Amino acid sequence: MNFNVNSTFLYGVAVVVIVFVLAQSTFFLIRAFKRGKELGISTEKLKKTIISTAVFTLAPALSILIGIITLSKFLGIPLPWIRMSVIGAITYELPAATSTANALGISLSETITDPKIYTAIAWVMTLGILPSLILPPILMKKIQGGMLKMKNKDQKWGDLFMTSLFLGMISAFLGMVFADIRTGIAGWIPIFVLLVSAALMAVCGLLIKKFKWLETYAMSISMVGGMIFACIITPLLT
Amino acid sequence: MSDYMKKTDWYGKLWIWTGTVVILCVPIAVCIYYNAWPEMTAVLKGLLGVAPIYWTLGLIEVVTYTPMLGTGGTYLAFVTGNLTNLKAPSALNAMESAEVKPGSEEGEVISTIAIATCSIVTTLVLVVGVFGLSMITPIMNSPVLKPAFDNILPALFGGLGIVYISKNWKLAITPLLFMITLFLLVPSLASSVGVLVPVGVIITLTAARVMYKKGWV
Repeated sequence: MNFNVNSTFLYGVAVVVIVFVLAQSTFFLIRAFKRGKELGISTEKLKKTIISTAVFTLAPALSILIGIITLSKFLGIPLPWIRMSVIGAITYELPAATSTANALGISLSETITDPKIYTAIAWVMTLGILPSLILPPILMKKIQGGMLKMKNKDQKWGDLFMTSLFLGMISAFLGMVFADIRTGIAGWIPIFVLLVSAALMAVCGLLIKKFKWLETYAMSISMVGGMIFACIITPLLT
Repeated sequence: MSDYMKKTDWYGKLWIWTGTVVILCVPIAVCIYYNAWPEMTAVLKGLLGVAPIYWTLGLIEVVTYTPMLGTGGTYLAFVTGNLTNLKAPSALNAMESAEVKPGSEEGEVISTIAIATCSIVTTLVLVVGVFGLSMITPIMNSPVLKPAFDNILPALFGGLGIVYISKNWKLAITPLLFMITLFLLVPSLASSVGVLVPVGVIITLTAARVMYKKGWV
């Protein structure tokens, strides 16, 4: 069998994985939507959640597509497509591929033609991420049970605990934005982008009182606004 | 626990175990079809470069993100990936807009809807993108657009941050000051920001506990 990183067979495998992901997502979406209605959440609110999230997802999804483009130079399209549609992310897949290539003493500058190298990379990518799939079902009961116990014991602390989790995540990413400022003015660009995005969100927050529909798109407007600002300011400061 | 939550856990387990099998079948199928099983040592050596970090990170992520995303959201997000840069922010944004509490059953429902929508839209964008790749590649790789994608995280967390911090500023001060100082002192940590999420969580929780005990929050 002649090996080709973009063969019909590999595309076929990718399609099977993509159909699985879509089926699982649709299954959970429908169940949660029905349960939301039973809990008395208005259909309008549920639909708004879907539309708002769908619009908000577009820009990050395009950045994931860039990940596929990067990896496709040496792995073809189907394998990166599979990896980016399931648990993978470019921040993981690239080190996994590089580590395997280094172990085999090859360079990742051109398309892989040896199927054994290709499968070695595919195995490392798959096995390296396996705990993220195996651990949730094993640990779920313990984690959620612990959360429930804490909430029953002290409702207020339970709420503060949840808020703290999200704030911990946000603070790590906001801190990261400051990492490059010692490199000069170009290092300030992410901070300017952050401030513009925050300012746009604040303006949206004020306008929402007058224009209710804006609530659905506020997050997307601030994010895309920040990204457009980055395109304008970067050539001026670098 | 409601019947819905119990069933969500059951279905979630069924889907994630099936997902694990599907994902494992990918390299197996390629090996069989091309009769090209890799050298065991090559795979082990390759794994050695990533597994110690990513297996530890996997454990930390499961413990940190499960309470945030809820049961259904977790089972879905850990199959479909891109947790920190997409799934967790979108679940948080959706719960804020819908004014439901994370951890409640309403929060669980909204978080699941957000993560499912996110996964479907991302998958569809990738399908369209992959088939139009020859057309899209020059646009996506253009130097004009590069800064936009280089700055996607500050653009995302700027908007999300202001909403969440302004509502909980007392809780936010300590972790923010810590993280900004840390990244100013050790800029190279930017590449391992994922590891710092649980650090941020522990600092926020400690500060929150102290303030709670003193009656400040």
